[in-house]
Amino acid sequence: MDKFEKLSGIAAPMPLVNIDTDMIIPKVFLKSIARTGFGKNLFDEMRYNRDGTEVADFVLNQPAYREAQILVAGDNFGCGSSREHAPWAIADFGIKAVISTSFADIFYNNCFKNGILPIVLPQEAVDVLMKDAEKGANARMDVDLEAQTVTTSDGDVFAFEVDAFKKHCLLEGLDDIALTMEKAAAIDTFEAAASQSRPWV
Amino acid sequence: MSPKTLYDKIWDAHVAHEADDGTCLLYIDRHLVHEVTSPQAFEGLRMTGRKVRAPEKTIAVPDHNVPTTLDRAKGIENEESRIQVDALDKNAREFGVHYYPVSDVRQGIVHIVGPEQGWTLPGMTVVCGDSHTATHGAFGALAHGIGTSEVEHVLATQTLIQKKSKNMKVEITGKLMPGVTAKDITLAVIGETGTAGGTGYVIEYCGEAIRDLSMEGRMTVCNMAIEGGARAGLIAPDETTYAYVKGRPHAPKGAQWEAALNWWKTLYTDEDAVFDKVVTLKGEDIQPVVTWGTSPEDVLPITGVVPHPESFKGGKVDAAKRALEYMGLTAGQKLTDIQIDTVFIGSCTNGRIEDLRAAAAILKGKKIKDGMRAMIVPGSGLVRAQAEEEGLADIFKEAGFEWRLAGCSMCLAMNPDQLSEGERCAATSNRNFEGRQGYKGRTHLVSPAMAAAAAITGHLTDIRDMI
Repeated sequence: MDKFEKLSGIAAPMPLVNIDTDMIIPKVFLKSIARTGFGKNLFDEMRYNRDGTEVADFVLNQPAYREAQILVAGDNFGCGSSREHAPWAIADFGIKAVISTSFADIFYNNCFKNGILPIVLPQEAVDVLMKDAEKGANARMDVDLEAQTVTTSDGDVFAFEVDAFKKHCLLEGLDDIALTMEKAAAIDTFEAAASQSRPWV
Repeated sequence: MSPKTLYDKIWDAHVAHEADDGTCLLYIDRHLVHEVTSPQAFEGLRMTGRKVRAPEKTIAVPDHNVPTTLDRAKGIENEESRIQVDALDKNAREFGVHYYPVSDVRQGIVHIVGPEQGWTLPGMTVVCGDSHTATHGAFGALAHGIGTSEVEHVLATQTLIQKKSKNMKVEITGKLMPGVTAKDITLAVIGETGTAGGTGYVIEYCGEAIRDLSMEGRMTVCNMAIEGGARAGLIAPDETTYAYVKGRPHAPKGAQWEAALNWWKTLYTDEDAVFDKVVTLKGEDIQPVVTWGTSPEDVLPITGVVPHPESFKGGKVDAAKRALEYMGLTAGQKLTDIQIDTVFIGSCTNGRIEDLRAAAAILKGKKIKDGMRAMIVPGSGLVRAQAEEEGLADIFKEAGFEWRLAGCSMCLAMNPDQLSEGERCAATSNRNFEGRQGYKGRTHLVSPAMAAAAAITGHLTDIRDMI
């Protein structure tokens, strides 16, 4: 997995609340058996007309935001389906951090498996960051995972919370499965005991 | 010992390892797998030379892409869908997991097949790369959806890296009024708490109205815990649960049944256990409900009118404006005046036998409105067989419904069952998101009885006018 340490990039504003994973990557694109190539269909139904031409006023189609690496979004981002194709599409597009007041649980976890940092901040902070993002390409936002801060183009700094283990894995780009396999003995012990106490499982 | 919630008890029984910071390896008893979210996970195992740690606890069934038309033995026309279903077939056989192929009468929606076959039991941990895994919480199992990376993690290690969620209690007191169903309960709760109201929590549903529900009804309630943002929904097991489980193919038998039952009877929330959040609704206050917008929280009693966007606060004002435009509705319009083009009855929310019985009770001796497109997609091949045996299928066909084979179908429209642009559907499924049932399709979520009623009248209908 890609490491995430620091990021300085353009932030795209998407103030809509409840952006669901069907919006992020519609189901017609879930038929691939690969993990890559979803970026071109990120937000497909909002981003393209039926004939494949771009919807000009959609944020990621605007010249200022075509290279966005950060998304500032409305409440409850990533709700709905568990599809990891959603973070795959976001990462494939080039977005490395998403900022919102809240994220749906499964989407939030999926981000960390794909080198994306989801950042939860209070409404007042997200309002300031949204305004900053609306300034366009000249306003670069800075995200520092080690320091747990987001800094606006004006120098306003917002500190955020992140689970220490998730932070460690993201900073180091660690493979969860390899980490867990180091604890195979504990799993073996648990499994042996459970097969005695709950043999019907 | 300090009092525990049901969630605490199941959690504690499954912690295989706990790190100093509280990060746990949670042991997984049942891993359900379908074709959409698993191919990359199996491929990951292959690339790293890893095996499935517990194939005997892993159950695979194709459901999202499968055609539901009667000619499906001919194969899947869409090439990508076919490749995905073929990949599951190959992976299931190569890695030696339990498998119900498309041709098996037991095939169906993974969340219907699991309970039906007795794979889902009280006190278990159940995961699947599918958000509606919450369904299995109806048995007092800790069940939730995971992403594909986590699917690979569970395949390889039979554990998940987890931190414990908070406890939330949703109590539905008293009795339900006539015409009010489990679907109305679960939608009414989301209407109350919002789609992020459960974020960070595991919900335990309790109260007399929940106790009075059948297992089918309980599964409907827990199924949509995810739409309320919760990691999982749970209902403590009781006699209703045991009666449902007993005798199912993979349920324990003989002495093991007795041992299991003894443990299951300890699975309840202790009297003094503390919940971090409590929501209480009176059963008698819940009315038949319908969604008007593009989020499951956009819920109103069927007697209501389409709301004004300005009646909301914050970001919801713009979201409501967008929803009304998308749905082609006007604020102030009576919900019962909304004309319907299509009715879809099915899905892991409402594709069980009891749902079909409820629809049949309304449809018996009636015809659907001229021009209405109506389909019933049973949740599994066995549900379909049972409905045929009970004579329900004849009622549906005589009413003018298409009687389909089992699958996810138009709930998410990955197979050919889709809405066209602007087509308006009364659906018993779980999500009314933009484009969910087809590009620019419009979805109103309702109970099976309400869906059947709309098929007859041609508009959203108060079921209480028909019973």
